[in-house]
Amino acid sequence: MASLPKTQSEVGHQGLSATRKTRNPLGLFFRQALTITAKDLRSELRTKEALNASVAFSLVILVLFSFAFDPGSEELQEISGGLLWLVFIFAGALVLNRSFAREMQNDCLDALVSSPVPTSALFVGKALANYVLLMAIEFVGLVAFGFFYNVRWLEHFWPLLMVMALGTWALTVIGTVFSALTVNLRLRELMLPTLVYPLLIPALMAAITLTTDLLAGTPIAGDNQIWVRVLVAFDVIFTAVALAMMDTVLLG
Amino acid sequence: MNALEIEGVWKYYGDFPALRDINFSITPGSTVALLGRNGAGKTTLLRIIAGLSKPTQGKVRIQGSDARAEETRSRIGILGHGISLYDELSATENLVLFGKLYGLDEPRKRAHQLLERTGLDRVRDGLVREFSRGMRQRLAVARAFLHDPEVLLFDEPFTALDDRAIAVLQSLLAEAHAAGRTIVMSTHQLREALELATHVALIRRGQIAYAGERLQQMVDDTGWLYRTYGEG
Amino acid sequence: MREKFVYSLAAVAAALLSWNIYRIFMQLPDELNQGAIWRIFYFHVPAAMLALSGFGIGMIFGLIYLFTNNFRYDAIAEGVIEVSLVFAAVNLITGSIWARIIWGVWWAWDARLTSMLVCWLIFAGYLMLRRAVQEPTERARLSAVVSVFGGIDVVIVWKSIEWWRTQHPAPVLSIRDGGGMAPGMEAVMYWNLLALLCLAIVLVMVRMRQSGVSREIDSLRRLVHSY
Repeated sequence: MASLPKTQSEVGHQGLSATRKTRNPLGLFFRQALTITAKDLRSELRTKEALNASVAFSLVILVLFSFAFDPGSEELQEISGGLLWLVFIFAGALVLNRSFAREMQNDCLDALVSSPVPTSALFVGKALANYVLLMAIEFVGLVAFGFFYNVRWLEHFWPLLMVMALGTWALTVIGTVFSALTVNLRLRELMLPTLVYPLLIPALMAAITLTTDLLAGTPIAGDNQIWVRVLVAFDVIFTAVALAMMDTVLLG
Repeated sequence: MNALEIEGVWKYYGDFPALRDINFSITPGSTVALLGRNGAGKTTLLRIIAGLSKPTQGKVRIQGSDARAEETRSRIGILGHGISLYDELSATENLVLFGKLYGLDEPRKRAHQLLERTGLDRVRDGLVREFSRGMRQRLAVARAFLHDPEVLLFDEPFTALDDRAIAVLQSLLAEAHAAGRTIVMSTHQLREALELATHVALIRRGQIAYAGERLQQMVDDTGWLYRTYGEG
Repeated sequence: MREKFVYSLAAVAAALLSWNIYRIFMQLPDELNQGAIWRIFYFHVPAAMLALSGFGIGMIFGLIYLFTNNFRYDAIAEGVIEVSLVFAAVNLITGSIWARIIWGVWWAWDARLTSMLVCWLIFAGYLMLRRAVQEPTERARLSAVVSVFGGIDVVIVWKSIEWWRTQHPAPVLSIRDGGGMAPGMEAVMYWNLLALLCLAIVLVMVRMRQSGVSREIDSLRRLVHSY
């Protein structure tokens, strides 16, 4: 049986050695973040719990909407963006909730916070994993939406993808921070959407306006460009705030 | 340089002082048994030392650096009440993950070493959720020793361990001690802890009631310490 | 000393308010297009000004708490935000009444009322979070974080909804139909702002005393239980 080596050098590591650190601190940051992203994605893909529940939930909402609005009507064109993004944020809440909730199961959060990984890298890692999952769920939602409501989304696909990318990052950033914030609360599943949705409203407005226009066939130009700027500004500002506040949220 | 220096640490939860003016230091290579009643403040103190919690006042220095500094965090190993392992990942995947987070050069090799050491080699690709309780505990111990930490912080490590896990833990602790590592463990299991300990600290209502070397009297009569300095 | 200050400030607020109400109802004539209801503006606008600045001040005190770990700042933040929520509600209710009388509908999703509603929701979330956390240090820390996100978002919300309304124009609740207010009217509005500001300060100080006492009780309870 192997026994513990007597000196650090036998193990072959010096923790975060000085040379490694100064050579590429940003690289190290992203390596650590991506380790966490990979862990979250691997965990989720193995069980597919949140993924399946989210996709099923989006489909249910889409069906429910068909009773609230006449699927064939003119009206639908005007509210298509709104419907789609409502589906995205409702289904997304499930994934975001689990993000930090899954760390509580065996006291894993303590192990992560006490490790050398900075809390900002922990945040980025988890946010990227959530982003991937949310984009996947939204893509399925988009396809289902086009199918059930006869909406053509291929025409302006790339701008639409850009709007989804920016809007989803807004949802991810706020959702991940608040997932960490609400992790110890009893009514976590209720508190998370209650806190996140009002904060998201500017980004949602922008995403909905752009999406409705794109689905109706209007490209992004002139008047609409301001909404792209709103999305980008929202994303940049709140990513910065989230990175700055992560230590405060996680350390009691 | 002391392995651990705690200076004037206070921890308030609201207006309630959970820790009051804690001052003590630990020389490198000691094994400290942290004793005290439930609610006395052992877990609070350990969490502060581990960098999981910030003291309201005061400083904690581990090998001269702040507890939250990155180089410090790579040199401490913790074992809390939960096993800190992911159920949906395999034993190897769990250890490799933590190996990478701690910056080990060859995380997979090291993981295999420790799996062998804790007797989990045969189930190394099994998912943790399928493990028995004892296996999970042994894996948790493996994770704590994975990066060969210089300072080990264990919160009631012997509680709820089965015999095999206790044996593994005791032998790893003995090796770590022989290698000059510093160990702090809070415990209720007086006998096991006092046998391994070189020093003892007793916490009473958030304050250090006794901190010093382990005396033979403590081992012979495990109630003596509590009677003399504590609650009786 | 503190008590005397609070009482005298309350007296000042009451005096100012009474005098203003007298002026508003007795001395000023009805407005041209709107009739008697325009007078509600004298409460509607100052309430908005106090609420929005209160949210900002709450965020600042939340940040100060995070830097100093002194609970007094957390108590101030909580008091200020609670009072701001009340004033925001006043703004929303008076706006709604005004809309009902002028346009015949209780709510019209105009830019300003919608923005205030969103801000109200954000900070109502702040209060809900506080109720959900038992431990005072955690409660102060987490709600300070929420107040930072909320405070920054207030600015973004107002700007975005304003832009949205320029693309989808709708009537705006205002008494500036003719372009500007007569100087006498504006002065009364600022007097009322002062009166409401005094009232706000009184309410915040009362609330702070309340929360200080309840914190003390909480910690005594913990002390008793741990022995």
